[in-house]
Amino acid sequence: MSEEATSLPAGQRQTLRRSLLPGLAALACALVLPQFANAYVLEVATTALLYVVLCLGLNIVVGYAGLLDLGYAAFFAVGAYTTGILTAEFGFNFWLSIPVSMVAACVAGIIIGAPTLRLRSDYLAIVTLGFGEIVRIIARNLDITGGASGLVGIERPEVFGFKLMQVQHFYYAFLVLALLTIFVCLSVERSRMGRAWFYVRYDEDAAAGIGINRVSAKLQAYMMGAVIASVAGCLYAAKMTAISPESFTFNQSLLILLGVVLGGMGRIPGVVLGAILVALLPEVLRGAGTYRPLVTAVALLAIMLFRPNGLWPDKRV
Amino acid sequence: MALLEVRDLRLSFGGLKVLQDISFSVEKGAINSLIGPNGAGKTSLFNCLTGFYKPKGGSIRLAGRPITGLPPHRITALGLARTFQNIRLFKEMSVLENAMSGQHCRSRHGLVSAILHLPSQRREEEAIRAAGMRWLDFVGIAEHAHRLAGGLSYGDQRRLELARALASTPELILLDEPAAGLNEREKSDLVRLIRRIRDETGVTVLLIEHDMGLVMQVSERIVVFDYGQKIADGTPVAVRADPRVIEAYLGTEE
Repeated sequence: MSEEATSLPAGQRQTLRRSLLPGLAALACALVLPQFANAYVLEVATTALLYVVLCLGLNIVVGYAGLLDLGYAAFFAVGAYTTGILTAEFGFNFWLSIPVSMVAACVAGIIIGAPTLRLRSDYLAIVTLGFGEIVRIIARNLDITGGASGLVGIERPEVFGFKLMQVQHFYYAFLVLALLTIFVCLSVERSRMGRAWFYVRYDEDAAAGIGINRVSAKLQAYMMGAVIASVAGCLYAAKMTAISPESFTFNQSLLILLGVVLGGMGRIPGVVLGAILVALLPEVLRGAGTYRPLVTAVALLAIMLFRPNGLWPDKRV
Repeated sequence: MALLEVRDLRLSFGGLKVLQDISFSVEKGAINSLIGPNGAGKTSLFNCLTGFYKPKGGSIRLAGRPITGLPPHRITALGLARTFQNIRLFKEMSVLENAMSGQHCRSRHGLVSAILHLPSQRREEEAIRAAGMRWLDFVGIAEHAHRLAGGLSYGDQRRLELARALASTPELILLDEPAAGLNEREKSDLVRLIRRIRDETGVTVLLIEHDMGLVMQVSERIVVFDYGQKIADGTPVAVRADPRVIEAYLGTEE
């Protein structure tokens, strides 16, 4: 008993070992990609990494805690606008704007989550849908957010005196952020709170009966997802140097959700795969011209039909 | 002072009086039972005790502390654990993870310390895991620790529910029809297990059960319900001889 009790269960250890090699291979490819790729490929790859971060963040909310969030892009917007406003209007250092964004995302998460997470998940979906639109409309109408035309002149970040300018700089920056997010997800999914999310997702009443505060567990998942999206937003704003409300539409929330569901909710490799597909699909299908939305829809329907649990589903299901 | 004291508990759904002025108590270290025909209000009473239903009136005290109307997770943290009539495990998770869930309210590390991999967080994780294994071992299913809970046999799922509840280190454990669906051998194992819970861990047991043989064998005191009212309360011998109990179970002669 003592040996089993202190180490990872056999199944988990096996999964870790099995995913270690492909993971390292993928990382190696990601590291050397800028040596071979042209600017266009790198731009698409950077977008893919952005979606990896966003999908992993949303996966905490949807995949771990089982909460349907239809307005996730709002937190992405909170991060992007916080960095935008602080650096462009108030001359803040980019790095200082990150903790401020995280706090702002937490506050937004509490404002929207605390009253609604007591409700069952279908109500939450409606409220989050509204929240996403509210954030976008506020951004369109305030002076400080630059209205419909958005913000320009967002400061580019410096790392030890080296200014991030070119596309490959941001590619690596997003790669670091994606790796950091994977590390965070791995750390929490096997922790006490992470398990609590799964207990709540699988049986809320049994979870409450065994001593888990379900509202607090859901709120923590919601805030954690919000913080990850906001950090992605900070880096996104710095890369674009200009942001407008149209980057944070309902469509954006849907795309992120699509990445989570497509790859396989709840499991990190699946979500990473789904995120990359969401970013790549429009580019790959560029040749289809005006038929692109149709081909995309058919491809997605086929995937949902033949792999209803996602392309790379959670083994538990 | 009794470990559990219920005074004048009332519960109604609309015009339906589910529980009417129920009073009884459970002494520390006892094994007691609640019996009564179907629909008598036994499970509703459990749901009031564990915070799933809010009673209309009356009071519930656990070890002298009022727990009436508290949310379920607070009541569990105060030392009252339960099992469910229809087994409610986290079927998609491992047996060990199920058992570990009971330890949630006895541990405290959150997200930040998990991300930072603090040594104290690692130690706590190991303690949670060890406690989960210990309770799986106690109920006799430790060899299945890494299987999915949904893949266990029915009897083992019942045991796992017990292990999960015990892992919250309760003072009082409420078992809602623990013998339902078990065969004779499993039932006698269950009787032994219930006695071991009390004798080896000191946890007080209150159970709802329809199997009269099991109830008479294991209980020191029995409270009998009918139509939301308490109609008898006493030792198995006394309860069995009570005319009102016989009437509730067998009906009256015209």
